[in-house]
Amino acid sequence: MGTVMRRGLSAMRLESLQSYAFLVRNWHLTRRYWGWEVVWFFYSLTSGLSVVFIAQGAEALTGATPSFDVKYLTMYLIIGTLIWRYLSSIFMLTSEVIAWERWEGTIEYTLMAPVERWVHLVGQTAYSLIYSLITTLLIGIAMALFFELDLSNANLLGAAAVVLAGSLSLIAIGIVASILPLLYPERGAQMTEVVQASFLLISGVYYPISVLPDWMEPLARISPVTYVLDGTRAAVLAGAGIADLLQFIAPLLALGAVALPIGLRAFKAAENYAKRAGKLKRVG
Amino acid sequence: MRARKPLDLRRALVVDSITKYFHLPQPPLWKRLLGATAELPEAGQLPTAPKGGKTPIAAVDHVSFSVERGEIFGILGPNGSGKSTLVRLISTLLRPDKGSAKVFGIDLADDEMGVKQLISRVSVDAAFFKKLSPMENLLYGARLYGVTAPEATVKAYEIMGRLGLKRSSYNEPMEEMSRGMQQKVAVARAFLTSPILLLLDEPTTGLDPRSKRDVREFIEELRDSHDATILITTHDMEEADALCDRVAVIHHGKLAAIGAPEQLKRGSSENGNFSTLEDVFIYLTGEQLIDSEAADIA
Repeated sequence: MGTVMRRGLSAMRLESLQSYAFLVRNWHLTRRYWGWEVVWFFYSLTSGLSVVFIAQGAEALTGATPSFDVKYLTMYLIIGTLIWRYLSSIFMLTSEVIAWERWEGTIEYTLMAPVERWVHLVGQTAYSLIYSLITTLLIGIAMALFFELDLSNANLLGAAAVVLAGSLSLIAIGIVASILPLLYPERGAQMTEVVQASFLLISGVYYPISVLPDWMEPLARISPVTYVLDGTRAAVLAGAGIADLLQFIAPLLALGAVALPIGLRAFKAAENYAKRAGKLKRVG
Repeated sequence: MRARKPLDLRRALVVDSITKYFHLPQPPLWKRLLGATAELPEAGQLPTAPKGGKTPIAAVDHVSFSVERGEIFGILGPNGSGKSTLVRLISTLLRPDKGSAKVFGIDLADDEMGVKQLISRVSVDAAFFKKLSPMENLLYGARLYGVTAPEATVKAYEIMGRLGLKRSSYNEPMEEMSRGMQQKVAVARAFLTSPILLLLDEPTTGLDPRSKRDVREFIEELRDSHDATILITTHDMEEADALCDRVAVIHHGKLAAIGAPEQLKRGSSENGNFSTLEDVFIYLTGEQLIDSEAADIA
């Protein structure tokens, strides 16, 4: 084996070990903060159930027999709840890559370690994907105890493909949002919440984007969350095949391919600025 | 993969006229993100503060010194003198506004990652994930520096035992440990990655006398057995006297004196001999402080 290749393999091994360090560290943190995990699980489950019960209560609310399919609306809201839970969790955990370090007071230690920033972010996003997938599945299983899920027509593999494609875009947006705690030690973490809340409003999580005011609809059409929701609903509710789902998957992959390198470059620029301005010192 | 410059193994650290300003009037944020920087003042001068803005300060002001390989080099200075800023500059956590620093011949500005691989830092506040155990924190740090878990575990047990940490505390959350114990784990973490330049920013602050002695002995052992060069900032003059081959005194961001403790204590023909390093320190920092106050009044 040539020297260059050996060096390349050695670098790959080192980078894998470093990414794994972040993954394991985050797992240990989750384990040690298990009380918060229980609280967060119940909060997510109860808020999701509260939304889905709106469909079940339509008759009682209006005093009339609904002229729509209650089961369809129930599934529509369940998909919205679970997909939003998954994507917002990925966004939140990715965007907190710096916020966690500030909360714990470890930002200087982590950022002076000989780790390329993309390696750091791979570790953090791998954890966010695994964590979000597991917790969303658990919430989905718990919701199935309350409502009758009709998956007879569902293309679950197609739905998974849409969700995975959408994950890339949310990771990229999360990386860009993680710059805020880097630039604004005191208020940066709260600013990322505003980004997340805006996606919830415009992306048709619990309603079609057609009900939004005209000026909001263009925003909804560029939100990757809209494509993930539309694609997943098409796969689960209408059983759309992969060929039909490409209209959702292709833009999501394209957005991810463009946004990820931009996110990394933006993060690097923000880190350089933070080092010039002395923003890494304060813990916020 | 970029080829790395060979190391200059004679000189561990060369700091050349390094300068860092804070609160300088800045261009707009978007320009700063694109790399624009503040207009730098001439040496010895600072711009006036913008309306409602903070007063610009030179935290480190044209400081130059070099540290030989294997040396224990102390940086002494009162609170706010610029010691920690200087260590942050060398640690790649801050970018200098002027001047340069080279670690074993590698310029921080040219190859930050190359420098990071050679150094480790212990800060005054033990920076840990407080909910994690010492072992979890140490393994996390070791992996970041490319040390595998089995290798790191053996070394971690050895170092923590050597520093007098109780075995029962290895797997308990760090938040349940005393400040002194936490600082010992911080020292263990730095040693775990076998750095050839170790930056210790007040590592014994807050430790009881016994722990201080343990850490000092371990620092000397590291220098002797692992061929490490150590740069240490401290308030403890006795510690600096006992531990350091040479010390530099920094005051108001500027280098006030540099030399071996004995050499500084011998003083000059003008100020006579000093019995302790503390006397030297008070002479250099206290006297200058009075001078600058007198200058302000004048």
